[in-house]
Amino acid sequence: MILLSNVAETTPVESAPQMFFEPANFISMLYYMGIGMLVIFVIIGIIILSTMVINKMFSKKKDT
Amino acid sequence: MDILYENLARFEIGNVVMILIGCLLIYLAIGKEMEPSLLLPMGFGTILVNIPLSDALVGPISELYHAGIANELFPLLLFIGIGAMIDFGPLLSNPKLMLFGAAAQFGIFFTLCMASMFFPEIDAASIAIIGAADGPTSIAVANTLGSKYVGAITVAAYSYMALVPIIQPPVIKLLTTKKERLIRMPYEQKSVSKLTRILFPIIITIVASAIIPQATALIGFLMFGNLIRECGVLDSLSDTAQKVLANLITIFLGISVAFNMTAAQFLKLDTLLILGLGLVAFIVDTAGGVLFAKFLNLFMKKKINPMIGAAGISAFPMSGRIVHKMGLKEDPQNFLLMHSIGVNVSGQIASVIAGGIILNFFS
Repeated sequence: MILLSNVAETTPVESAPQMFFEPANFISMLYYMGIGMLVIFVIIGIIILSTMVINKMFSKKKDT
Repeated sequence: MDILYENLARFEIGNVVMILIGCLLIYLAIGKEMEPSLLLPMGFGTILVNIPLSDALVGPISELYHAGIANELFPLLLFIGIGAMIDFGPLLSNPKLMLFGAAAQFGIFFTLCMASMFFPEIDAASIAIIGAADGPTSIAVANTLGSKYVGAITVAAYSYMALVPIIQPPVIKLLTTKKERLIRMPYEQKSVSKLTRILFPIIITIVASAIIPQATALIGFLMFGNLIRECGVLDSLSDTAQKVLANLITIFLGISVAFNMTAAQFLKLDTLLILGLGLVAFIVDTAGGVLFAKFLNLFMKKKINPMIGAAGISAFPMSGRIVHKMGLKEDPQNFLLMHSIGVNVSGQIASVIAGGIILNFFS
């Protein structure tokens, strides 16, 4: 019985199905798509510029 | 004899199906060599947790799950090993390649929109991150968001990573002309100073974490591993991170992910839908990278072979190698490897940043 109660406590509990079909959600999520892609390009852009700068600053030391 | 019947009678059809799925994962790992280091422990773990009244589930697997996955420790530790394995040299000699890594994350956000039609926001965001094509990121994000689909998401992420050689080529061919695939990109070897290699992981960590604080752990551990590799004074630690640490964590990660692979959790219509959405994520990622390269070609004098855009999905290094092989198939003198690997490692960085953005939106 102890074993059974342990199983009940530890096994991931099956919850009620939460699936639905709501096509309008696609449109509302487009906001996150736009902002998300914009933020990725901004961060990558900053990293590219920083890399170019450090490449230029330290390019004389040709170690590899 | 009663005990024998009693215990066997506890087997339900769900248990049997999950044990068969476990065997299938083991077969794919050994027979097809699909991500064997992860699919094999996951497959065996699936068998262990689906034996009725299994003491493996209530004991070691549950403990490992709570000690290392529920708190995202294992994926983060694995990132140290991955960071130590990555050579950013090709990327540092041509930093612009990083743009393709960014473009190829489009699949994540497209899948977010798709998944939101069927799942609550938290689960949709967790499913979308399958498109990161990076197992540890998928596990870390899904766990942080508290999705109940961690098992299915992990299986989808690792399975599709292994299936990249099957998924990507048709998409690339569909979106490119033969003429485009024949574009040669001579590689100019540029020297990268040791100081640049050391500063790069530090700069990435500071920039990405300052803008997306939720990505600090993900990007920080990856770059910490890379700094150990590049600093030149910790060769022993770098070697340990690349081999011992990465292998050890992979074993624990694989077997403890199986905690979510019980019949009750996995055998649902949701799982099939998640697998389908994961495939969409990989396809749209690939398309995003290729189409972005084609877009850039409209403005560039020196044309880019658009196939390298497809390597922007993280799946390192398979994706880079596939693009290289496709280039060689079209023209045996067209060596795209250094470009595609550069794009591929940039995909690794961008996917982690995308994971942080998803966390920023929904956690």
